[in-house]
Amino acid sequence: MKQGHQTWLFPSKPVILSSAAIGGPLEAQGPLADDFDTLHGDMLLGQSSWEKAEKTLLEECCDKAIEKAGLTKEQIEYFLCGDLMNQIVSSSFTARTLQTPFLGLFGACSTSMEGLALASLIVDSQSADYVLTATSSHNSSAEKQYRYPTEYGAQKPPTAQWTATASGAAVVGREGTGLRVTSATIGRVVDMGLTDPFNMGAAMAPAAFHTIESHFRDLQISPAAYDLVVTGDLGRVGHSILSEMFQQHQIEIPPERYRDCGMMIYGENPNVWSGGSGCGCCASVTYGHLLHRMKRGEWKRILVVATGALLSPLTFQQNESIPCIAHAVSIEAESEEGVR
Amino acid sequence: MANQKKQKLTPTQQQYQTLAKKHEPEIPFISRFLRAFFVGGMICVLAQGIQECFIHFFDFNEKTASNPTVAVLILISVLLTGFGVYDRIAQWAGAGTAVPVTGFANSIASAALEHKSEGYVLGVGGNMFKLAGSVIVFGVFAAFVIGVIRTLISMGG
Repeated sequence: MKQGHQTWLFPSKPVILSSAAIGGPLEAQGPLADDFDTLHGDMLLGQSSWEKAEKTLLEECCDKAIEKAGLTKEQIEYFLCGDLMNQIVSSSFTARTLQTPFLGLFGACSTSMEGLALASLIVDSQSADYVLTATSSHNSSAEKQYRYPTEYGAQKPPTAQWTATASGAAVVGREGTGLRVTSATIGRVVDMGLTDPFNMGAAMAPAAFHTIESHFRDLQISPAAYDLVVTGDLGRVGHSILSEMFQQHQIEIPPERYRDCGMMIYGENPNVWSGGSGCGCCASVTYGHLLHRMKRGEWKRILVVATGALLSPLTFQQNESIPCIAHAVSIEAESEEGVR
Repeated sequence: MANQKKQKLTPTQQQYQTLAKKHEPEIPFISRFLRAFFVGGMICVLAQGIQECFIHFFDFNEKTASNPTVAVLILISVLLTGFGVYDRIAQWAGAGTAVPVTGFANSIASAALEHKSEGYVLGVGGNMFKLAGSVIVFGVFAAFVIGVIRTLISMGG
């Protein structure tokens, strides 16, 4: 059900039946290590290439989520998935393994919430009982495709971000117990003319701002409706920019209620510069850490805003600016009734 | 150049970029310059030492010793690249490791390693000079131009 300009309300409140998060070696050293289902010590995951490693990561994560939901692959009716690779090969190849009706998504690092919003829409419209949504990223395959060879010695500026080697998946269902998806705001592409691919936080912050503002406007609620607002992977730079934008536009979100997945995943590690990024960053932090804490009752309602930079190495070389997007999904603990 | 770029932006974009600029951490230029200076210098000192070895312990003179010296440096750089250490040193040292021949060797070795999964012909062969290719193209071209200038001057003299 559409409300306002760009927000979907889900009256049936689709349930997140299960979620899974899988990470790599650097994620295992981070403060959220305990929230991952599996952590790999080997960047290659025993495979012969980075691309195969990413596919394996995604497959494992999907299997884990299905298993945790107590379902079998055959019971999953639709699979919504996306990643950073050209032609979203990791997702398509995982769909080949799963043999489930599949819709491929591309929203760069915003894919996790794009997938969750669409999965909830499918379930809410009674088009399916069980939908699986997943996404992943791999540091080395992303470096290879977007930047330089992984072993190439190029110095990065402090605004750069580290693509997470991680994957996150969730099974959304019509009935059952678990956290519920109540609404989603689909963002529009915002381009503030920034051109530096080593400063994605600054490029993506306005997109996140626009989506958050639209969400509150469309639902006519105040930021106080949420215990926590989390952005995908703006990193330290984007986080401080967005905080100032909130202040300038009188959106009152107290600093302790606004977090960023890119800052959470690696903690204070200086080797990741501004913070984490990549599809897997927001997905694994949300489907691991954030949902775990909601289940423990620490938060009742959160708004997850996944942000994506929709550039390619080619558009950057042709001096194009970076178009960005953000999608917001609100997740609620079950006990709360009648709250949007 | 910067002003020209800014003129194409809308006022909202300009306003935002001013805001965003404030939040960007400063690149520590001075410490990065110093590191590059010292690491680059140390690589040259090492190379000088290797060259002296070739002159003193083997049968080389000052002119012929440069080729094996470069080969040894390339070997060291390629080994460090293969062991996955070179990129970490480079993040710290910046241009200090990029400018000497070791950086050139690293760019070739890293690209070759990265594209090995696509096969030896199209992968390794086709991508090895992905980064180093431009150095060769512009290096050869610059040498040609300098060569022409030198010839012209010597003809005039």
